[in-house]
Amino acid sequence: MEIFLDVLVAVLLILGCLMSLIAGIGLLTFPDMLTRMHAATKPQVLGFLLIFAGLAIYLRSWAVVPVLVLAWGMQLLTAPVSAHMIGRSGYRTKHAAKETLFSDELSHVVNKVNGTPPTGTTPVSKTGSPDEQD
Amino acid sequence: MPNKNFEPRDQRIDDALDTSGVRHRATLKQEWPLLLLLLFVWGALWQDFSLGNMVFGVIIALLIVNLFPLPPVVLSGRINAWYCLKLFIWFLGQVFAASVHVAWLALVRGKRTRSAVIAVPLRTDSDLIVMTVGHVLTLIPGSFVIDVDRSSSTLYLHYIDIESPADVEKARAGIRDIERRLIMAIGSRDEYEAIKSECGPNFDARKG
Repeated sequence: MEIFLDVLVAVLLILGCLMSLIAGIGLLTFPDMLTRMHAATKPQVLGFLLIFAGLAIYLRSWAVVPVLVLAWGMQLLTAPVSAHMIGRSGYRTKHAAKETLFSDELSHVVNKVNGTPPTGTTPVSKTGSPDEQD
Repeated sequence: MPNKNFEPRDQRIDDALDTSGVRHRATLKQEWPLLLLLLFVWGALWQDFSLGNMVFGVIIALLIVNLFPLPPVVLSGRINAWYCLKLFIWFLGQVFAASVHVAWLALVRGKRTRSAVIAVPLRTDSDLIVMTVGHVLTLIPGSFVIDVDRSSSTLYLHYIDIESPADVEKARAGIRDIERRLIMAIGSRDEYEAIKSECGPNFDARKG
């Protein structure tokens, strides 16, 4: 039983680390910033799950499980936010190779928004509410 | 000076404010999930879930929530534990499958990988569901949210490995499937009924 658990721990840890290795390879091989974001932000979801599972079995203790669940949960909550923020600003700068995209259904929205002045400077009035006329 | 002349649909842009523009504090009924989470963090960090520690944790949680108030999260008032569990297991399965897919792309396709930015209009009106759909699809490798149009509940996302219009439609259907699963788990009663009638009698078993 002990041997079986130790082998399981080894497999889980190695698979978890493999996810990080693949993330590194992805960073090198993917063509542009947006595709690289996939490699840079995602493997931790699975990689950490495997590493944490291995760690919990290795320590043979139920007391650490809530801490590991907490750490994994925090990763789940924060990773999408960072991916979104980097992706959003990357899309609006030169770093995203937009011409290589198969299709782009956001560009016309961004172009439209960039064409209108920021809200607050000039009243963007469609109906002409009484507030804006006096 | 905030503009008060919202269209009816735009009202939720400031849903933390009421019609006269006053921001209300969250009530205990709205805040108990947050308190429970803080209590769990407290217990986990001490590695001690005994009664005394929990009571102290509740006091600390109440103190934090009152010192640093956040706008209330509007919950739907409906939760189905069975669909939540199904969603979680399905999510882990998707993460495994998609991780292998992205790893294969990184190792084999490399520079030839094509991708697309697609718009996915969601059916829901709820900020919470839009946010959760964005989180789930970002955590599953292969897609992440670039932008959100809150007034029309449209997600703009970057999707990897798209090479034909059929792939685009497949990706869109996949995202709407995530939304279907989330509405079944935590959506409001109205949205749940709408999904049920949309997907027909065997909506539970539907793949998409």
